[in-house]
Amino acid sequence: MTDELYGPDDSALDGNAIGGLLYEVFGAEMTAAEATCAHCGKTARLAEAIVYIRAPGTVMRCRTCTSVLAVVVRKQEMNCVDLSGLAALQAS
Amino acid sequence: MAGTAVRGRLTWQIATVAAVRPETASVRTIQFDIPHWGGHEAGQHVDIRLTADDGYVAERSYSIASAPGEPLELTVERLEDGEVSPYLTEELRAGDELEIRGPIGGYFVWDGGEAGPPLLLVAGGSGVVPFRSMLRHRARVGSTVPVRLLYSARSLPDVIYRAELDMPGDGADVVYTLTRQQPPGWAGHSGRVDGELLTEVAWPPGRGPLAYVCGPTAFVEIVAGELVSLGYPPDRVKTERYGGVAAP
Repeated sequence: MTDELYGPDDSALDGNAIGGLLYEVFGAEMTAAEATCAHCGKTARLAEAIVYIRAPGTVMRCRTCTSVLAVVVRKQEMNCVDLSGLAALQAS
Repeated sequence: MAGTAVRGRLTWQIATVAAVRPETASVRTIQFDIPHWGGHEAGQHVDIRLTADDGYVAERSYSIASAPGEPLELTVERLEDGEVSPYLTEELRAGDELEIRGPIGGYFVWDGGEAGPPLLLVAGGSGVVPFRSMLRHRARVGSTVPVRLLYSARSLPDVIYRAELDMPGDGADVVYTLTRQQPPGWAGHSGRVDGELLTEVAWPPGRGPLAYVCGPTAFVEIVAGELVSLGYPPDRVKTERYGGVAAP
């Protein structure tokens, strides 16, 4: 779908929308944490990551190169977390 | 304090609806009573969890509309294909209970500094919600930081908090642009937020402004990009995206 005013429809959110999930996983506020992409090396706040919540699980992608930074899949009461797309993660 | 949420953990709490009031045809503000609410910062979120009779669970994140120190309020827009927002805007009544956890977020927040560089707030549609919290916070703490809110709405009846935004306080002003429909004699701006409008409305980069942009994803991408083109350093443009809803 394309909107006549602002361009292509985009179901992507950003890291602000998953602050609760990130807190659940890390036990701390993480939207202001600095994440370094393992693919392109760019560092940005997790709040700035491209986030899809409609995929099976929650997918975070680098805003610079769109590589996957992290995936969280909730299964019953457990979160399965894949952080292999992160070179570094520094909570503020 | 007995019963207080454990520090360092984000726990679900039962919140009781204290009041519901209409803002526009599709937007409601809901005030909650929460027994152990630890307070929040302007710009933070909460998560809401609804559990259906069959056990199906839906969670959504909403920006807090009230200022720090005020009772928790959320302002929710009904999305036609939404799972949660139709319930919150149409079914929920005073006395109803639901599960909330928060406050959440440490990036898209404003601490209400007494003095500091000017703030530019750019809202698309219901992206104005966290800015209501910031403007109320600014007034409550007596901050003299100059604030300008640029608010893009489809039409005047779609403007949320209109009566309140008509009196934003000393040193704060609100600039509207109406994208779809303008009332007869409309003297404000029309059409989408673009580089031309931002050149006119945004604080000059030389004053070291801090910008917050909130709204649908496509809106935020365009506005943030234009601000950087105007000379705002990318790290002085904080963004929050609501996803793929219709452009305001």
